[in-house]
Amino acid sequence: MMAVPLTTVLVLAIDTATPAVTAGVVQLDPDSAPVTLAQRVTVDAKAHGELLIPHVLACLAEIGRELSAVDAIVCGSGPGPFTGLRVGMVTAGALGQALDRPVYPVPTPDALAIDANTGHGLLVATDARRREVYWAAYDAAGRRSNGPHVERPAELAEKLPTLGVAAAAGEGAELYAEVLGLPLVPVKYPSPAGLVAAAAVELLASARPGPLTPLYLRRPDAIEPVGRKRVTRP
Amino acid sequence: MSRERIVLGIESSCDETGVGIVRIRHDGTLELLADEVASSVEEHARFGGVVPEVASRAHLEAMLPTMHRALGAAGVALKDVHSIAVTAGPGLAGALLVGVSAAKAYAAALGKPLYGVNHLAGHVAADTLEHGPLPSPCLALLVSGGHSSLLLVEDLAGKITEIGATVDDAAGEAYDKVARVLDLPYPGGPPIDKLAKQGNGCAIAFPRGLTGSRDAKYDFSFSGLKTAVARWVERCERSGEQVPVADVAASFQEAVADVLTAKAVRAAKDLGVDTLVISGGVAANSRLSALAAQRCEAAGIHLRVPRPRLCTDNGAMIAAVGAHLVAAGAEPSGLELATDPGLPVSTVQIV
Ligand SMILES: [Zn+2]
Repeated sequence: MMAVPLTTVLVLAIDTATPAVTAGVVQLDPDSAPVTLAQRVTVDAKAHGELLIPHVLACLAEIGRELSAVDAIVCGSGPGPFTGLRVGMVTAGALGQALDRPVYPVPTPDALAIDANTGHGLLVATDARRREVYWAAYDAAGRRSNGPHVERPAELAEKLPTLGVAAAAGEGAELYAEVLGLPLVPVKYPSPAGLVAAAAVELLASARPGPLTPLYLRRPDAIEPVGRKRVTRP
Repeated sequence: MSRERIVLGIESSCDETGVGIVRIRHDGTLELLADEVASSVEEHARFGGVVPEVASRAHLEAMLPTMHRALGAAGVALKDVHSIAVTAGPGLAGALLVGVSAAKAYAAALGKPLYGVNHLAGHVAADTLEHGPLPSPCLALLVSGGHSSLLLVEDLAGKITEIGATVDDAAGEAYDKVARVLDLPYPGGPPIDKLAKQGNGCAIAFPRGLTGSRDAKYDFSFSGLKTAVARWVERCERSGEQVPVADVAASFQEAVADVLTAKAVRAAKDLGVDTLVISGGVAANSRLSALAAQRCEAAGIHLRVPRPRLCTDNGAMIAAVGAHLVAAGAEPSGLELATDPGLPVSTVQIV
């Protein structure tokens, strides 16, 4: 894709880095905030694989357009629980390949920060399971100043004074609100418009997308065997 | 006479990302156009077995490039594809989900029908890509790191009945475990096969699981064999003797091949079936194929073994199942298709 500036872009946004199966079609113009034309969001951590494509098609059906009308795709790249996260990434990638459209990965907390739009320092924390959160910090201008990381809420709480944040958003912030002790912004999951806004500069410039790589932050659980297991007593 | 149709197959149930492309010719026969596989087997080697998360990560990385290579190899564009088949089970949950999600996206983008199919049916269908249509009924012996089962195949597009299966380890799993006992690398099949060629298969009488007169006729058990090998080697080591590794490998391999072929041939005779297909990663084992050939010939059974490349997991075999479904006029699976890690072999397609 060469850098041809576009006027209005029709963007398909998807995210599966949280329990929300998120899909939406968003119109992006250079001079105004992204406009959500249709969206489908179902909160079900086990249904990403089943619901994502039906959600995508339902959005397009609602506005009477075909998938081929989409100019670009934006996909939340996590961090998030791996199995669900991969559904969104591979779906976005395969759609982009089949439609010959660019796919822009955006860190999922960036979209949440845009949705929260507090104008102050903000902590975004999502549920990483195993009693941990994925988190990132944003400055008053909305720029990511730290993260994303994965950490126990208590350890994150100790760092909060150095992060310059005045409020928190995301499901992880809600789950561990007592430990974190920050006022909550009622934004739990990323919205299609937030995802598109997070990639707006690249989208409008038709920039070459970055690699479609999930932000795993954790290594796979795997233990190398040491020696061999005996079946008889030595 | 019907028009030619191109079927795409996607496989991601274990540690191979496969994309295969098959053409249904005017006369209904299948032509293999592409069979691209990316394997993560080396990433699992140091763990001595497939690590599901490592496999899933590798599938995500490999999916688009493998598709790209397959389309290039076949010289077709995605828009030329008539329908898409994908492994919906059985297999590793997270791994299956990558392939099924990709397949749904391709199907939605192209507006083409999607078929969620059974991986085990794929192993049987693989043979039709090399040796043509299968007679009905036929018997299939599937042996790999993940499965050991005996199937009665009446219709690749619908009627497959499991008449026997392993009650514990898969045959390939036993190879991997015995390889560890003998300090051989993972996966254990190829190094044990190689070593066994220098040994005597009759040197040690390892047990043949489930071969008593009261045991299930067509079921397999390899756990006792694996433990017997470990005990034998440990006893040897304890008494300070040098372990005759080649004899151990050959005798273990003999026990596996003996049980598998004896039960398969017996089932064919009992059921009056004259064709046996052996497929799956272990089908490439030299002793298994030699003994199967010998016993099938003696019993008047026609033996079919696809080439090794088609025996191991691949996308072409999934495209072959899809092609059989398309040819049979099966209804496609919906785009709400869910994976089923424990999908029984009797379910050829998830509707
Ligand atoms: Zn297999």
